[in-house]
Amino acid sequence: MAAYAETAAKTVLATAGRDRDRSVKSLVFLGLLWFSLFFGVLVLVALIVSTALEGAPRFDSDLITRYSSTLSPERTGFRAGILGSLMVILATAAMAVPIGIAAALHLEEFANKERWYNKFIEVNLQNLAAVPSVVYGLLAVAFVTLMGIHQRGLVISGAVALSLLILPVIIITTREAVRAVPREIRDGSMALGATRWQTTWKQTLPSAVPGIATGTILGLSRAIGEAAPLLIIGTATAIRFDPNGLMSQFTALPLEIYSTTSQSREDFRVAAAAAIIVLLVMILALNGLAIFIRNKFQRSW
Amino acid sequence: MVKGTNMSTHSVTASSPGTEANRHTAGGSVGSLSDVAQEIERHLPDKLMDPIMETSLLNIYYGDFHAVHDVNLAFGRNEITALIGPSGCGKSTVLRSLNRMNDLVPGARVEGAVNYQGQNIYARGVDPIAVRTHVGMVFQKPNPFPKSIYDNVAYGPRVTGMKVDDMDDLVEGALRGAALWDEVKDKLKQSAYGLSGGQQQRLCIARTIATKPNVILMDEPCSALDPIATARVEDLMLQLTQDYTIVIVTHNMQQAARVSDRTAFFTARPDETTGNRTGLLVEYNLTKQLFSQPSDQRTEDYISGRFG
Ligand SMILES: Nc1ncnc2c1ncn2[C@@H]1O[C@H](COP(=O)(O)OP(=O)(O)OP(=O)(O)O)[C@@H](O)[C@H]1O
Ligand SMILES: [Mg+2]
Repeated sequence: MAAYAETAAKTVLATAGRDRDRSVKSLVFLGLLWFSLFFGVLVLVALIVSTALEGAPRFDSDLITRYSSTLSPERTGFRAGILGSLMVILATAAMAVPIGIAAALHLEEFANKERWYNKFIEVNLQNLAAVPSVVYGLLAVAFVTLMGIHQRGLVISGAVALSLLILPVIIITTREAVRAVPREIRDGSMALGATRWQTTWKQTLPSAVPGIATGTILGLSRAIGEAAPLLIIGTATAIRFDPNGLMSQFTALPLEIYSTTSQSREDFRVAAAAAIIVLLVMILALNGLAIFIRNKFQRSW
Repeated sequence: MVKGTNMSTHSVTASSPGTEANRHTAGGSVGSLSDVAQEIERHLPDKLMDPIMETSLLNIYYGDFHAVHDVNLAFGRNEITALIGPSGCGKSTVLRSLNRMNDLVPGARVEGAVNYQGQNIYARGVDPIAVRTHVGMVFQKPNPFPKSIYDNVAYGPRVTGMKVDDMDDLVEGALRGAALWDEVKDKLKQSAYGLSGGQQQRLCIARTIATKPNVILMDEPCSALDPIATARVEDLMLQLTQDYTIVIVTHNMQQAARVSDRTAFFTARPDETTGNRTGLLVEYNLTKQLFSQPSDQRTEDYISGRFG
């Protein structure tokens, strides 16, 4: 027994020694790893810092409370873009989240995985997640036209485009969250006489909510930064009123930033830099929320 | 009828679990298995006159794989029946077929009949959900829901829409029935995940009896528990025979000998053509008899540890 413990201790020490490997090869390799990490982070930090410095003079309330103005560029604001982005994201969430969760639950809990059409859907979900976002813009145009909406650049069209864009992401992450709920929980519920529907609704779904929320929010934070599909549906780049519903015209922050940077006057460039920081803060806030939810509620089985 | 005689002879039921734990502790101190079996004096009819449940020519397949062949078994009311046999011989498969939990396994198919109170639960039009409210199940690994202790117990009655006058009463009754009440009565609102493994398993039993089944199936319910927790669950099983019929799968032959009234020994026989190992029932008898005078050589080899 004692002898065994001794060998075990030696093994532990020997393994630990490998961490302090000091051969040239491993040092070079470690150096490369550090460099790659450093390079990635450095570029990001440089970008953010230079943008923040450039936009610093415009971190004022006008930036978010005023509409864009060509007459007084030093006081131009992004109110329409910020409100537009928020509204279109809310509408996107309202559309994509229920549909995405329902689709994922069907595929994971109810669909017969042996059937070829379910396998087909499964493969194509992965493909859909990799489709360029402009394509979803085109799809959205077709979709709303079919619904009989011919006006361009409406909130609903934007929401349809962004929903199509993030649906695959939501479905895939929801399926993963649902799959992580142990089989035993479902069996336990079914063995007590619950129906499959009750089991899904009362056991599987609640247990999967943290994972679903995390995936959904990450999807939404991707959508909020998108410009291409919104351009395709004809979103205006500068308007001077608040969006007031699904059928209202709007502009989105990324688009407004884009159109502002293309102005030649210095004041506009400064304002655009400040607005980029606002957009980053919005995205970081969403990601932060996702991380918070994951750490707070994620269950380890 | 059978019920009356059984209960009066259950000498161990009323005593406190604490002292029983010592007596029942699993491990090396136990002598031969037939001694253990004789320790519990229950007067049981050799032949089951009025079984609560009965399988006839039960064949179970997973896809093309023939897992269980022609099983005929009868389960006596308020008795404990143990299913034993080497790994992979289809004990769990047979057990799951008794409350249609096999329906949940993709590709699983059942042939033959399982008659519960005279009705074939595989007959057309029988609702598997209804079957499971009559025949409950406790699993190998304790699997409480990520809810409070109270909600775990109340879950079954709630989802099945049972008429309940007072849920608090029902929860208390179920927890008392599972010999868990005293340990958890002050923390009913706390998460079931805070309980020990043995307590969790008794909670799972409480959860099952809350739906008032007649039969409780247990698949190696003690394999994840330490000897003391095992002893408590075994005591509990003996108490439960007052109201329930129990079918238990176990790899622990001492356990089968200690708690069961009848034992069914299964083994797996390789198919000559395919080489697949199909499970079959070798011998079914009173536990005492099966362990003291097995009538089949394979049974004897298995229970005496000579199984190869
Ligand atoms: N879900 C399943 N799909 C396919 N085959 C299965 C499935 N479950 C069990 N089997 C097969 O059926 C046979 C019997 O399995 P079963 O789990 O009933 O054995 P067991 O006697 O309970 O074994 P153990 O003592 O190891 O629990 C085995 O050959 C197993 O591989
Ligand atoms: Mg098994």
